[in-house]
Amino acid sequence: MDAAGLLTAYERMAVIRRTEKAAHDLFLQGLVKGTTHLAAGQEAVAVGASAALRPDDYVFATYRGHHHALARGATPQECLAELMSRATGLCKAKGGSMHLTKAATGMLGSYAIVGSHLPMAVGAAWSARLRGTDQLAVAFFGDGATNIGAFHESLNLAAVWKLPVLFVCENNLYMEYTPIADVTAVPRPAADRAPAYGIPGEVVDGNDVMAVEEAVERLARRARGGDGPAVLEAATYRHFGHSRADPAAYRPAEEVERWLAHDPLDLARGRLAELGVAEATVAEADDRARAVVERAVEAAKAAPPPEPREALADVWADGGAAWRT
Amino acid sequence: MADVITYREAVAEGIAREMRRDTSVVCLGEDIGAAGGVFKTTTGLHEEFGPERVWDTPISEQAIVGAAMGAAMTGRRPVAEIMFSDFLACCWDYLANEIPKVRYMTGGQVTVPLVVRTANGGGLGFGAQHSQATENWALTVPGLKIAAPATPADVVGMMAAAIRSDDPVVFFEHKALLATKGAAPPPGHVVELGRACVVRPGDDVTLVALASMVPLALKAAEVLSGEGIEAEVVDLRCLVPLDAATVLASVCTTSRLVTVEENPYQGGWGATVVSIVADEGFGLLDAPVRRVAAECVPLPFADALEEQVIPTVDKVVMEVLRLAAY
Repeated sequence: MDAAGLLTAYERMAVIRRTEKAAHDLFLQGLVKGTTHLAAGQEAVAVGASAALRPDDYVFATYRGHHHALARGATPQECLAELMSRATGLCKAKGGSMHLTKAATGMLGSYAIVGSHLPMAVGAAWSARLRGTDQLAVAFFGDGATNIGAFHESLNLAAVWKLPVLFVCENNLYMEYTPIADVTAVPRPAADRAPAYGIPGEVVDGNDVMAVEEAVERLARRARGGDGPAVLEAATYRHFGHSRADPAAYRPAEEVERWLAHDPLDLARGRLAELGVAEATVAEADDRARAVVERAVEAAKAAPPPEPREALADVWADGGAAWRT
Repeated sequence: MADVITYREAVAEGIAREMRRDTSVVCLGEDIGAAGGVFKTTTGLHEEFGPERVWDTPISEQAIVGAAMGAAMTGRRPVAEIMFSDFLACCWDYLANEIPKVRYMTGGQVTVPLVVRTANGGGLGFGAQHSQATENWALTVPGLKIAAPATPADVVGMMAAAIRSDDPVVFFEHKALLATKGAAPPPGHVVELGRACVVRPGDDVTLVALASMVPLALKAAEVLSGEGIEAEVVDLRCLVPLDAATVLASVCTTSRLVTVEENPYQGGWGATVVSIVADEGFGLLDAPVRRVAAECVPLPFADALEEQVIPTVDKVVMEVLRLAAY
């Protein structure tokens, strides 16, 4: 990743950070209902990986997926409108925070049953192979997902069929409210499991966008070339609690402090300085990110609610919901 | 092709016809390849289409159905086999939470054109975990189409419709019917999903049945005919789309309704059929409705016990005679 690439990545991360902050604030204002699982702090995983992917690759993410939708082509306006139950939302206000999807740009969904999307990514990779393309599928998931059966079934099947799929674990140290180390038999919940399926398992600094890009690029090239799947475990940390209801009081103060000092945006800013990018140039990127998100908030607020009839649309491929004569 | 084929052969024939006409159709499941399936319902597919179209999987129900979903979302038409319908519970997340919801919760951004085929039902003495009729499980989930053919011709025709459907279809193949024989359907035979069939006309009572309960209801109708009662037998064919219009039209003639269900009375599909008739056809009825369904216990092993639990010809005859006396 050169300086220009890093600056682009930085701006994307800044947009995500500000979108997440906006989501948080809008929730407190009563404009977002239900819950949110914010990814502030984990931006580098989505942006670094996305920088290494092709537009026709497939991404599957989790309910903590705002950053993946934004990294794969969804706009802050579409995402915030979805969170705010507006007709202009990414999923027409039928999905909400946990199901952000932009199929047109290969972001094939955010799934809220832990681990459920790993087999789907395997299937998308299988489909690419059946169609004779060299597309890649990537499943992003949390550390908690590594203890569910679908994770293990997916790694095995992908390995047996040698499919072009990457399993990228965002290890933020906590499965919801519980330290992942307390409930997992191995120190590296994703990477340590990979050898059991005969596939590579690597660990990367998930807050270092350049390191993530490098690792995904390398593993993607390998997978596209027919050498099969791989696991990448990205060490990262969430700035907010698990969900809106969680103040994350269970996390030791010194741990939080240590990780906040290892913030992905700060790291990228430091690298940009090392690469000779002027502070003013970085500030301009920040200004653009701020402006984009501010406009998105205003546009989402001004957008109408969904038409009531939408509740009975989109069940079937014909657009309807009829189940009987 | 022979004039007469078995239900078992019809499954493979139905899949093969679609694989010939559409190269995006691909099969996956346990033992479905060279082994031809544990029920021999995929015999010949591996030979004709090869390992790139017919894929053996590990015993990983979540991976099978989840991968089918991912492939369906990206341009293939997968036909996934779950060996016994009881095993649907192992991948129920995909049937209940993922496949039927993804189109809706993305605002219509994706379609999921897949078929999950599964061997369903009792009568073969496989015990409690390999004998259930689970079609009512699927009926609890908006967003799934549900097919359960009763004859070889319908297997072929409904398989064609299921595979061509842009919506997900759960396709129940009845184990007790696999060896039954019927007329081979002509080339291009397609039975639209959601079209029930009146398989025996009658004026006195309507028997609504599905899958293996259809031949059972027909046998009961023959017995009843000897008693002077002419039963009309409706083969529902699908639970979703549900052809309520055909049921209501039949009840309009007969004024009496009995459902014949292999699934348990508690939560069985007949409850939905009966509620529609009570709601929209109450004035047509001259008697209470009756549901002949399985007892609400796990399926026992011994034949003598199993026949206590699932509907039999005698049970249907007895219920209809009681109803006729009403």
